[in-house]
Amino acid sequence: MASSMRIINGRVYDPTNNIDGEVKEICIKDGKIVESVADDATVIDAKGMVIMPGAVDIHCHIAGPKVNAARKLQPEDHRHDVHESTPFTRSGTGGTVPSTFTTGYRYATLGYTTAMEAAVTPIGARHTLEEFHDTPVIDKGFYVLLANNIFLQNLLRENRLEEFDQAVAWWVSSTKAYTVKLVNPGGDEPWKGKKNSNVADIDEKTDEELSPRQIIEAFIKSVHKQGFPHPPHIHCNNLGHSGNYITTLETMKTAGDMRAHLAHIQFHSYGGELGKNPTSKAAEIIEYINNHPNITCDVGQVMFGKATIMTADAPLAYVLKGHSKGKWVNADTECESGCGIVPFSYQEHIYMHTLQWAIGLELFLMSEDPWRVLLSTDHPNGGSFMSYPKLIKLLMDKSFRHEEMKRVNQKALDSCSLRDLEREYSLYEIAIITRAGPAKVLGLPNKGHLGVGADADITIYDEMEDKEMMFNAPRYVIKSGNSIIENHEFKNDFTGKLLHIVPEYDKKIEEIVQPFFESYYSIEFSNYAVDDSYLHDHEIIPTGQA
Amino acid sequence: MALKLKLHTQPDVPLEVDCISPDRLQSLSNSEISKQTIFHGNRQVNLGDFFDCIGDFDNEIIIEGDCSNIKHIGTAMSFGQITIEGDVGTHTGAVMSGGEINIEGSGADWLGAEMLGGRITVKGDAGHMVGSAYRGSAQGMQGGEIIVHGNVRNEMGHAMRRGLIAVGGNADDFAGVNMLAGTIIVLGDMGIRTGAGMKRGSIICQNIIDILPTFSRSCDYQPSFLRQYYKYLKSMGLTINDSFLDGPFERWCGDSVELNRGEILLYAGK
Repeated sequence: MASSMRIINGRVYDPTNNIDGEVKEICIKDGKIVESVADDATVIDAKGMVIMPGAVDIHCHIAGPKVNAARKLQPEDHRHDVHESTPFTRSGTGGTVPSTFTTGYRYATLGYTTAMEAAVTPIGARHTLEEFHDTPVIDKGFYVLLANNIFLQNLLRENRLEEFDQAVAWWVSSTKAYTVKLVNPGGDEPWKGKKNSNVADIDEKTDEELSPRQIIEAFIKSVHKQGFPHPPHIHCNNLGHSGNYITTLETMKTAGDMRAHLAHIQFHSYGGELGKNPTSKAAEIIEYINNHPNITCDVGQVMFGKATIMTADAPLAYVLKGHSKGKWVNADTECESGCGIVPFSYQEHIYMHTLQWAIGLELFLMSEDPWRVLLSTDHPNGGSFMSYPKLIKLLMDKSFRHEEMKRVNQKALDSCSLRDLEREYSLYEIAIITRAGPAKVLGLPNKGHLGVGADADITIYDEMEDKEMMFNAPRYVIKSGNSIIENHEFKNDFTGKLLHIVPEYDKKIEEIVQPFFESYYSIEFSNYAVDDSYLHDHEIIPTGQA
Repeated sequence: MALKLKLHTQPDVPLEVDCISPDRLQSLSNSEISKQTIFHGNRQVNLGDFFDCIGDFDNEIIIEGDCSNIKHIGTAMSFGQITIEGDVGTHTGAVMSGGEINIEGSGADWLGAEMLGGRITVKGDAGHMVGSAYRGSAQGMQGGEIIVHGNVRNEMGHAMRRGLIAVGGNADDFAGVNMLAGTIIVLGDMGIRTGAGMKRGSIICQNIIDILPTFSRSCDYQPSFLRQYYKYLKSMGLTINDSFLDGPFERWCGDSVELNRGEILLYAGK
């Protein structure tokens, strides 16, 4: 481990500390950024280069049972994209759902050093942690799926809110998760039990007792009360359906002035009539977000080409499988969730796909606060994370964007306002939406910035006119003070750590949960909570009063 | 004179030699050819460790010795000719897009899998998955010809999209399963479930098979195009009974669990 390092002559973009392209020296010692280092420290001359904190992906799907099912479903992807080993790194396979090792290395080759897996069933937590251990370089955490949990829903039905808080804390704590994830709250049960139906409205009571809104509200309040660093991560009802923007607005309103994070909001910004072609409601959605500082979101940009729809929103996947006529997976995850996987391809000539692409860009370009509208493709749902550099170029380069707009479905463009948007992101803003913003929204104090005390996760890019090329190949990547990539080549391997929270709960809740397990689960209660031996390297992010 | 590769040491575990193709060897000297890396099991070795390299490449590579444990010969080749004087291992001619492979002995599994063009001729038998799709792929063979004088095993032409597979002997189960288009001709007996899940394409066979219940008989007729096929196969050295040339065929449509636009033509002259 290089114990100390000094990076000189580079232009630094560190939005958290208000540094916008100034030439500044960065010193590293023992994996942290420090004020100064001794003269014998290794020196990196970054003249003509751009220094940014390591990037943070706030929403992706990179580990766990559903990711693995998607890998198994697509052997053809692996055959065509072999990731070769180097003297320092291991081999693997790529495609839209890369193998664990390849996932870590490929994130690193884009300058990403932290990524959050966005949907893990509690029962899949153990599997996810095992895969995390084999996902090198990056630090990672996951959000645990609780919104379709039958036990928690029962507590809400009976209005046992105190026990609900305790149970949420128990579930998050015992799965080693980072926050709660709500996916199509209340939608999985009707799909499983009532002939593939779904909830269509946020106030629709599926069993005459509980509506999605009540579930969302309960989680937002509970998480707020317990002071999780990241608020509930919400995948709204009605994803992908025309006219769903009303549900999205209502979901945001449900939060009141408490924090909520809306995932892949592009998929939730559609107008029009159900069953017909959608229209863009990006303006309405982004206006609400601009005016409500408690709401954060990631965009979930669609990028043309191959993708893999991978979601806990089982009813959605069931609808989508009809479009592609190819292979697909649907699964029921005990009393907790559902799952759907559909290999997919976004194509320029298709109205719907172009509109999705355009809505994502509209959201980015109309956002007034880059700290709250963050970059994601919902990897691999809207496209692979490997397309981030191209997305950055679309945001930074107006003429490139207009060139690309010539190649897409013009009818879709006619129906939205993308053509009129002239904004170009600056490097400073890119540093916000890929680094400082996600770290702040996640409540990770040591990530996304280069101030003293921060983790020494640093990316150094050659400054280039072509931003896609620039962000595709950082010259140096430093992770926790270790030089991982030097001159575009791997020089080290590194096992990142798990980021998780351990909210406190009253032990008595276990006595209430246990009988439910014994009646309805396939595994023993005592085998359910994930043992500490699965943690390996980890960091507990403190919870507390928000 | 052709380039001759002579197997001097029999490998105890399979060799993977995707470098044996005209595309890869055309501009190399014999010493460079001997230094090409191949896999012996999971270890990387040189081609020269197993093969002697004699002569110069003039569009043809001749391979001598029992190559039944040698995989990937001619994979992805696009021109030229490979003659294999004995048996050969799996994946021979997979994904090839042009040129010709002649196998004097028998082929193995995945012969010509996902091939795009060119021709493979086998004097002996072949294994499973001839001209088929690799697992997970939507399309198998997309062009070219595979002519097997002997028998083939299961799943011949799995998801094939275009091209011709002709078999002089018998075919085992699932010939033309999930076929998208193309032509399969079998002169011997068929296994069960021929054409299961086929969308389009033609499977021509001579001997009564158990036709799946999802196929329906549409007519008996004398397809004139078959004459051309049979004459061509005769010229390629297959033994064709002259009565087939004009014989009546039963036409069965299927598979109705899919598009129902495929056909099985069954010789009805006996």
